[in-house]
Amino acid sequence: MEDMIHMDRAMSTQQDIKISARNVQVYYGDTHAIKDVSVEIDDKTVTAFIGPSGCGKSTFLRCINRMNDTIDIARVTGDIRIDNEDIYDPKVDPVQLRAKVGMVFQKPNPFPKSIYDNVAYGPKIHGLARNKADLDEIVEKSLRKAALWNEAKDRLDAPGTGLSGGQQQRLCIARAIATAPEVLLMDEPCSALDPIATAQVEELIDELRQSFSVVIVTHSMQQAARVSQKTAFFHLGNLVEYDDTDKIFTNPQDPRTESYISGRIG
Amino acid sequence: MKNSLLVTDARTKKRNAKEARFKAYGLSAIIVAMLALAVLLTSVVNNGMSAFQQTFITLQVPLPADKLDKVGNRDPADMAKVTTIGYNPILRDALVAEVERQGLTTELSAKDIGEMISKEASATVRDRVLANPDLVGQTVTFDILASGRIDGVFKGRVTMESAALDGNTSPEALILAQQLAEAGVIETKFNWNFFTAPDASDQRPEAAGLGVAILGSLYMMLVVLFLALPIGVASSIYLEEFAPKNRWTDLIEVNISNLAAVPSIVYGILGLAIFINFMEFNQSSPLVGGLVLTLMTLPTIIISTRAALKSVPPSIRDAALGVGASKMQSVFHHVLPLAAPGILTGTIIGLAQALGETAPLLLIGMVAFVREYPAAFSPESGLFGEASTALPVQVYNWTQRSDPAFVERASGAIITLLVFLLIMNAVAIYLRRRFERRW
Repeated sequence: MEDMIHMDRAMSTQQDIKISARNVQVYYGDTHAIKDVSVEIDDKTVTAFIGPSGCGKSTFLRCINRMNDTIDIARVTGDIRIDNEDIYDPKVDPVQLRAKVGMVFQKPNPFPKSIYDNVAYGPKIHGLARNKADLDEIVEKSLRKAALWNEAKDRLDAPGTGLSGGQQQRLCIARAIATAPEVLLMDEPCSALDPIATAQVEELIDELRQSFSVVIVTHSMQQAARVSQKTAFFHLGNLVEYDDTDKIFTNPQDPRTESYISGRIG
Repeated sequence: MKNSLLVTDARTKKRNAKEARFKAYGLSAIIVAMLALAVLLTSVVNNGMSAFQQTFITLQVPLPADKLDKVGNRDPADMAKVTTIGYNPILRDALVAEVERQGLTTELSAKDIGEMISKEASATVRDRVLANPDLVGQTVTFDILASGRIDGVFKGRVTMESAALDGNTSPEALILAQQLAEAGVIETKFNWNFFTAPDASDQRPEAAGLGVAILGSLYMMLVVLFLALPIGVASSIYLEEFAPKNRWTDLIEVNISNLAAVPSIVYGILGLAIFINFMEFNQSSPLVGGLVLTLMTLPTIIISTRAALKSVPPSIRDAALGVGASKMQSVFHHVLPLAAPGILTGTIIGLAQALGETAPLLLIGMVAFVREYPAAFSPESGLFGEASTALPVQVYNWTQRSDPAFVERASGAIITLLVFLLIMNAVAIYLRRRFERRW
């Protein structure tokens, strides 16, 4: 075990490996959605998953915080480790895992509660705040990190659903980072947003890299190129290519990757 | 000729005609429904509004000590030996004296004049005297019920022609009643007793009220609310959120839908067999009625609760699970509050349905003639175990009576029932509007 950690460390050049997936298979009933995917995701890095619709990138993302557990017919095999701990070990409670691996969804989905309650919900159920002052501090910190504090500080009691789309998505990001996760999964976080809101969220993702390992699924290759350091290209459930973002976009090794980024398949 | 946009072609004309015809069908269907409702309400209101009015005779009644308190010690236990029969002549004489005092002449005998007074009146006066023995020896003014026939005169139910053919009254009595009304001795006023008094026998429709029925219905609704709501909501949450989706849950779902369509009388037979014959609960008790109605209401509540839970967008569940809430926290913190308006509406509609249900209650004996107000709890019969009746059953009961005076009572009871249902539906609408949240 110890040796493996050392080996992993040695393999990664300058970064620690946060998530390591080996031979992951996902089945939805009879459909083989993810075929033998192995990938290692670095800490404090933005990793982008790109690929055409239905290629399995979101499915794979949802394996990392075991959101696929909520789908009855989904079955996951293989080995996914976070900090070298198997997250599919029977001893792992997915609830604890999800506090450590936050998630932002495609459509902004704030709770129909106040902005404050939206952000405070996670810390409350995980007992992260001992008193009201603590909670206030967490809420403020999270909203600041999500670049929403200045817009929201005067109306923390207003319903979260009353914000604009971009603000709602940043609220969801604030909610996700309020539980102090180590990994942040983002499933096409900008697909429902206009270009200005998208730019704000992208800027935010770049800042979040300081504190978390961020994995983002995106349809937009430009977005992947802008925000990520590493990019994985999925096609028909296979991980086709995984490398530094620059390399993927300038010098792809696989012909399928090249076809996709040049717009011939997708 | 080329097709011009200014000319409608045959195909478009046909489609437009089809649409116009469909609209006309829809509109006429609504008009028919509204007319039916209007006719129904008018006939019920026409027949029933008079039940809320009652004719009273204001009498100064001397209460002679030698007749009412023979022992002379003003002890209610001794005075109770004088039955209502002992009070009848006192009231009769008081009315005869009143007729003379007003200077009215009539061919009626004293006995016939006495029959203008309700048979219930002597019991009312006796109760008052026993409650307050010091009244004996004094002359006390009472508002006593007029008999059903005299009451009918002022409601247009009894006419000279019908009185001439009636063994219980006569045209002379009608004339006297009208003269007394002009003198202010007889007056018609709002009838609170209709809501508070218990049922009365065939001979005294003027005294019959809904008190026991309202109390019985209230008890049953409490039983239904406290059993059906938690059981129904808990089972829907389990089925909708926690249960694995497999053949068994499918089977359960189909069966719940089928249960909702089972005729209510079947639940009555079930209740009779299980709750009365097997578990030996008291017949006619609100407990058994409530249990039967609970069984009947459960499918309605389960179906509407599941629909309400289903309508909560899955993104809310994802959001809660995504921040690390457990399944139960996501349901109770987020899904349930959003589904609450739908659940409440379904529950109230289910309760309203149960309130108006008659058939199963007939089978478990709630159709019995009950004059005692049922206590919510008694040591002998337990919680809600005393015999009672219910509003819709009371309607059924009164429509079976021979005296025409019960017709207005039955319609009055229907109006009361409809008002309760209207209030419940209004509450349901209010709750839905008030707590509905948008996302």
